Amino acid sequence: MTATLDEVEGPAPGPASPTGRRLRRARRSTPRNTLTRGAALGLGISMVWFSLLVLIPLAAIVATAGSGGWDQYVTTLSNPQTWAAIRLTVTQAVLITLVNVVTGTVIAWVLVRDRFPGKTVLDVIIDVPFALPTIVAGLVLLSLYGPESPLGLHWANTERAVTLALAFVTLPFIVRTVQPVLEELEGDVEEAAASLGARRTTIFRRIILPSLTPAIAAGAALSFARAISEYGSLVLLSGNLPYRTEVVSVRVLTFIENGNKAGAAALASIMLAVALFVIVALDLVQRRVARRG
Amino acid sequence: MVEVSRPVKWALRLLALGYVFLLVAWPVGLVVQHTFEDGLTNLADTFADPDIVNALKLTVMVAFWAVAINLVFGVTISVLLVRYEFPGKRVLSALIDVPLSVSPVVVGLALLLVYNGRDGWFGPTLEANGYQVVFDSPGMIMATCFVALPLVIREVVPVLQEIGDDQEQAARSLGAGARQTFLRITLPSIKWAVVYGVVLSTARSLGEFGAVKILSGNYTGRTQTATLVVEGKYQNFEQGTAYATSFLLAFVSIACLVVVAFLRPKKTH
Repeated sequence: MTATLDEVEGPAPGPASPTGRRLRRARRSTPRNTLTRGAALGLGISMVWFSLLVLIPLAAIVATAGSGGWDQYVTTLSNPQTWAAIRLTVTQAVLITLVNVVTGTVIAWVLVRDRFPGKTVLDVIIDVPFALPTIVAGLVLLSLYGPESPLGLHWANTERAVTLALAFVTLPFIVRTVQPVLEELEGDVEEAAASLGARRTTIFRRIILPSLTPAIAAGAALSFARAISEYGSLVLLSGNLPYRTEVVSVRVLTFIENGNKAGAAALASIMLAVALFVIVALDLVQRRVARRG
Repeated sequence: MVEVSRPVKWALRLLALGYVFLLVAWPVGLVVQHTFEDGLTNLADTFADPDIVNALKLTVMVAFWAVAINLVFGVTISVLLVRYEFPGKRVLSALIDVPLSVSPVVVGLALLLVYNGRDGWFGPTLEANGYQVVFDSPGMIMATCFVALPLVIREVVPVLQEIGDDQEQAARSLGAGARQTFLRITLPSIKWAVVYGVVLSTARSLGEFGAVKILSGNYTGRTQTATLVVEGKYQNFEQGTAYATSFLLAFVSIACLVVVAFLRPKKTH
């Protein structure tokens, strides 16, 4: 840490990147914007750790998956049990993302525009799924929807259990992306529209919804990515029954436990690709929003 | 600001509250209720079980190291990303977020492929030199570090961007050294963001399950963490202790949330 700032002004190591007008302009106005020798050392140490922890292990997945070639993918994906797991995971993730688009937006709306006693409590409860350990989340849901359910629902070990677990862990995403945008929304435009005779539904559809769409999209992407990769909350709740409630993560784990690292890596690399795709898509959405101001 | 009509308002309120109540509040309440069904017996049983006590100690140890490493790494990377320009900065800042959307199982597999002692990339060399990573605490700490990696950075970066570097430049021009500037100017202004990041990382680290399950080998009493105990006990039909351990984990994580909710307004003022 101290290494970062130990050195005062030093020459920038390596060739400076002359990419883009923006960068050059930035450097001219603030000359300290390049790395000092100490900062370069800090960056070096951080990058070694980041590589050892994240980059090399993720590269190992791609390499292991790639070493088997296409045949590996074909064998892994043509296994009917794996295919069933992929289908279940994707359908449930899409379903729960759609549910979140509605409920997340409604909850964000209620949190920002409505006023009632106990609203702060609701605001804190929204974050509980983020903080709660996933295995505990599974147990928590079992207590209401499992065999001892006070509601008489026996959803454990069914497809509904998967839906429930995914709904639980993805609850905060859209709420937390939409809420700040809704808070910043100016009331004037809505009032102007109302004074010009626009009806409430028109105002919502033509004024409020368009400004929320990027936030909803960003939240939906996050919640889809999370739903695709969920594991912990499903362990106790869904029973991991092959062809019925087994999701992709569980499949990967089964491959690992059976010593089939190549198969595990092939399936994991697909999940990784989906995750990267979501990150890139999010980055694009956010940059478009930032450009619009 | 346009007002919605009364029935619509009530419908929205009911939908929001009903959904959150049925999905989160009631189930969490039931776990608390199950824990204290027979008074304090469940908790007492939990603390009397040496395996669980070991697991709790191990969880705290792993979380402590993971949070400490992520704190140092996170603050360093945040300062570098905000205060300096270097080639590959955009790529790095995008890659930092990768751990948030990678499945814990994939994290476990990734680390296993590199560090397992039999056919890993680095594992055999490390083990020949006496460093066991997989199925031991270093692997568990690494897995925990991986999943909680971006949390500190995501809190600190926006604050660093917002405060700008005017004060730092002023301090430097008045003769303060780099270390002095960091300790007296930068650190105090990002203090709350760091605390917030640490609290979130702690909650995440205590509760990691999937990645740790793969890297720990799940040996009872030796490499079993609290979350693994919950799974094991529940599957052994020892519901009482499973609920009690869950309650402890949930209690700590919700306490973290409340602390954060408490700190947040202070940060903005």
